[in-house]
Amino acid sequence: MTYIAGDNFRKLVFDDEFLLCVWRSIKYAFTTLFFEFVLGFLLALSLRKSFPFRPFFRIIHTLPLVVAPIVVGAIFKLFTVSGFGPLPHFLKEWFGYKFNYGRDAEQAFWLIVGVDIWHWTPFVTLTLLAGLSALPKDPYESAKIDGANPIQIFFHITLPMMVPVLLVVVFIRLMDSLKAVDEIWMLTSGGPGVETRLAGIHIWRSVFESRFYGYGSAMSIFLLYITIVICWFLYVIMTSKQNQFHDK
Amino acid sequence: MTNNLIKLLKFIIWSVLSLITIIPIYWMILVSTRSPVELFGKPDFSPTFFEKIYWKNFIKPFVDGVYSEYLLNSIIVASCNAILVTALAIMATYALSRWKLAASENIFFWTMTNRMAPPAAFLLPLFLLFSLVFRYDDINLFDTKIGLILLYCVFNLPFAIWLLKGIFDGIPKDLDEAVLMDGGGYFTIITRIIIPQAAPGIAIAALLSWIFAWNEYLLAATLTSVYARTIPTGLAEFVTTTGTNWGSMAAVGFVSMLPALVFISLVQKHIVAGLTFGAVKG
Repeated sequence: MTYIAGDNFRKLVFDDEFLLCVWRSIKYAFTTLFFEFVLGFLLALSLRKSFPFRPFFRIIHTLPLVVAPIVVGAIFKLFTVSGFGPLPHFLKEWFGYKFNYGRDAEQAFWLIVGVDIWHWTPFVTLTLLAGLSALPKDPYESAKIDGANPIQIFFHITLPMMVPVLLVVVFIRLMDSLKAVDEIWMLTSGGPGVETRLAGIHIWRSVFESRFYGYGSAMSIFLLYITIVICWFLYVIMTSKQNQFHDK
Repeated sequence: MTNNLIKLLKFIIWSVLSLITIIPIYWMILVSTRSPVELFGKPDFSPTFFEKIYWKNFIKPFVDGVYSEYLLNSIIVASCNAILVTALAIMATYALSRWKLAASENIFFWTMTNRMAPPAAFLLPLFLLFSLVFRYDDINLFDTKIGLILLYCVFNLPFAIWLLKGIFDGIPKDLDEAVLMDGGGYFTIITRIIIPQAAPGIAIAALLSWIFAWNEYLLAATLTSVYARTIPTGLAEFVTTTGTNWGSMAAVGFVSMLPALVFISLVQKHIVAGLTFGAVKG
């Protein structure tokens, strides 16, 4: 073992392969965040007032949250594998669309995005619903008396009051998708080629398959720094004095 | 009138969503009950498992193979971890809730980073610690159940503490003082007052810890090799084998999902608190 000072970090900055993996991770994190957020917020709003079978739908909606990521990977592997998977079959039969994530990089990316949306939208929904039901009632009543319409109420009352909860959800989801490994490894193993190889998978593989211990550690620290920065934002929001939702 | 229309619309949308949630899971259960020949061709969604089940999918991994050992490992690791986490969390939370600690804000940030840190960043140091540093003669933590049980405390304990904190804070301090007046110690306070008062919360913390430990894959895959492999690592073994036996993979997946299916109605009210470290209450 020789001392090489910052060489591993110098290499890291110019390592296209690794930077591409980080870029993929960021793209993946923000794409999934966008869809989960919009969908989850709409669903949370729709769950506020009761309708037939609401508790039942809520339980079904919670189900993906307790299923292990690795099992989610297996479920969708069986669902989308070419040969007998229903998804490629029906896409071809109904729309004439050829779906084979083992070949097409674009499809593989949208598949892992779709799986993440399936898995984690319930988290966004339930968290935002909890936030929504903790909001005080008074502003709504005074807004109604003043003759505000539902859209105005949403943008001027609901949204501003929800900001702390929204930020908590955003940061937790960002951190979770930046460290995502299990389901993607199970589903695509980073393929086709290296097209769905995210930062977490890349580090894991280069340490335990290629045995680049030193360089792997450098990459780990880089990923850790990104996470700590996001984590710090989350911490500041969660402990800030104004917000009501944190139980002190 | 419009009100009822909205209700109907919501019902329809949520029915579709529930179908989207259930169909992939249902398909896995179907695959696990069918023979390889029955799988190919047009996907058949009819519930054929009422008529006949192709038991070989289950027998092959669980009776002939090593998956029953994996299953036992998983049960031992998850259960011991849940017990350990609950016991430690009760004591830690009691301390955090009753005394003003010097750096309790920093302790909060620290516990949160433990849970949020990407496991990929810690794999290598953990691997070296487990195989080289924490050792006595040729006994080390690598590939042992004890290693996994201790390791899972790192990310289950923060969550359990922050779930219990709110509950413990709600138990009046007068009760503590009454016990101290009558000559009881802190142990009596915890066993006679705190635990009975916070029993539902403690049960939820234990249950969620159990599920998180059961579900964990990446660390288990890296820090075990033969003797302490858990069921998620077993499931992942199907990826690398060529000519995957889809039926057995579905069967193993189904078995590793069973606890989730059993506990879902118990945890569904508290999962939000669990996943946001109690920042948002469900």
